[in-house]
Amino acid sequence: MAGLNKVVSSYTEALAGLKSDMTIMVGGFGLCGIPEGLINQMTTMDVTGLTAISNNAGVDDFGLGLLLQKRQISTMIASYVGENATFEKQMLSGELNVILTPQGTLAEKIRAGGAGIPAFFTATGYGTPVAEGKETREIKGRHYVLEDSLTSDFALVRAWKADTMGNLVFRKTAANFNPMMATAGKITVVEAEHIVEPGELDPDHIHTPGIYVDRVIQGTFEKRIEQRTVKA
Amino acid sequence: MALSREQMAQRVAKELQDGFYVNLGIGIPTLVANYVPEGMELMLQSENGLLGMGEFPTEDTIDPDLINAGKQTVTAVKGASFFSSAESFAMIRGGHVDLTVLGAFEIDVNGSIASWMIPGKLIKGMGGAMDLVAGADNIIVMMTHADKRGNSKLLPLCELPLTGYGCIKRVITDLALLEIKDGAFHLIERAPGVSVEEIQSKTAGKLTVNGDVPEMVL
Repeated sequence: MAGLNKVVSSYTEALAGLKSDMTIMVGGFGLCGIPEGLINQMTTMDVTGLTAISNNAGVDDFGLGLLLQKRQISTMIASYVGENATFEKQMLSGELNVILTPQGTLAEKIRAGGAGIPAFFTATGYGTPVAEGKETREIKGRHYVLEDSLTSDFALVRAWKADTMGNLVFRKTAANFNPMMATAGKITVVEAEHIVEPGELDPDHIHTPGIYVDRVIQGTFEKRIEQRTVKA
Repeated sequence: MALSREQMAQRVAKELQDGFYVNLGIGIPTLVANYVPEGMELMLQSENGLLGMGEFPTEDTIDPDLINAGKQTVTAVKGASFFSSAESFAMIRGGHVDLTVLGAFEIDVNGSIASWMIPGKLIKGMGGAMDLVAGADNIIVMMTHADKRGNSKLLPLCELPLTGYGCIKRVITDLALLEIKDGAFHLIERAPGVSVEEIQSKTAGKLTVNGDVPEMVL
């Protein structure tokens, strides 16, 4: 690496420094937009006790489900985990600590974390189990819950295009949590479908500026489809 | 006769207005999209980052990078946009969505809703439901009036963990359209052929009936 060139040539290099008991954010919604190669790389590493922040937990044999199977995750922060039987088993047995978080609150916690905002008030979850133990406040006649923001040791992000300086463009609904997570990792690693030279991305069309990104790796993706639905 | 899921969707579709931005929850609410009146222009919001959701793709146009909140492959209509989850929930929480339709396990006379967890049985998570109910003024809950064992789902007080507190004003069931205000369910319309007595017998929470209650027009 030299200057602002953030491209690394191996997954080992991409995840160098990732250790047990760290907090990791992993982009994606279901299996859409997940950093597949980075997740696979983690399964080969001797790291356990991870706190994983991701909207979902993958399916049993793909995505974060692979880390759950190997019992590398001890705490999971997610909004919906219905697709994964391994997850449910580990959660019910108490092996896995689960913090279910409303999807919009999760997105905003990460956005706020990356933007240096320590906490925020939201109406989401007021009067529900989500608000238990949290400060609430009435503002202009409405009730709100104080939610802490989130940051992580590593953010693992999947982008469609990255230039070598880490400027990113996402594609369709594969963006989801990736843009916010890119801002909230102490070390943000991007697995890109295409890596291009600086100047090839139109500055007006960049979703995530390279300042947030530390490492970029060329990925290969299976892009497994969770619910294949076609027109009758 | 109790309404079918399709008939419930047909009735909800009558609440759509030209120019609306609409979020349809996973499950039965998605059927509403099949009954958008001819010539009406509206945009469906999918909370995973899509405004302008279209129909399912063909085998040739399927795209793993283009799914809806139920993780199904979909298409995008002309004029659609893609965005991050934070942007998506800014739309929802900020009250920019004109109509939200979602399912529930229970609702009560205070307008509280339970839809995401059955202790000891089902813990899948709330997804975006808590944000949706907290963000929208115009929410229609769509569900059966009673569960399979005949127990009312319209209660004096929700028994399951809440999704939202005091946020639901309208509910459509297979038996009736009701409004929730002043601590009661107000019967607005009956499903064709369903008597007020039947609705009363299947409504555990306080039910208010004013005069003759018209039958739904589908």
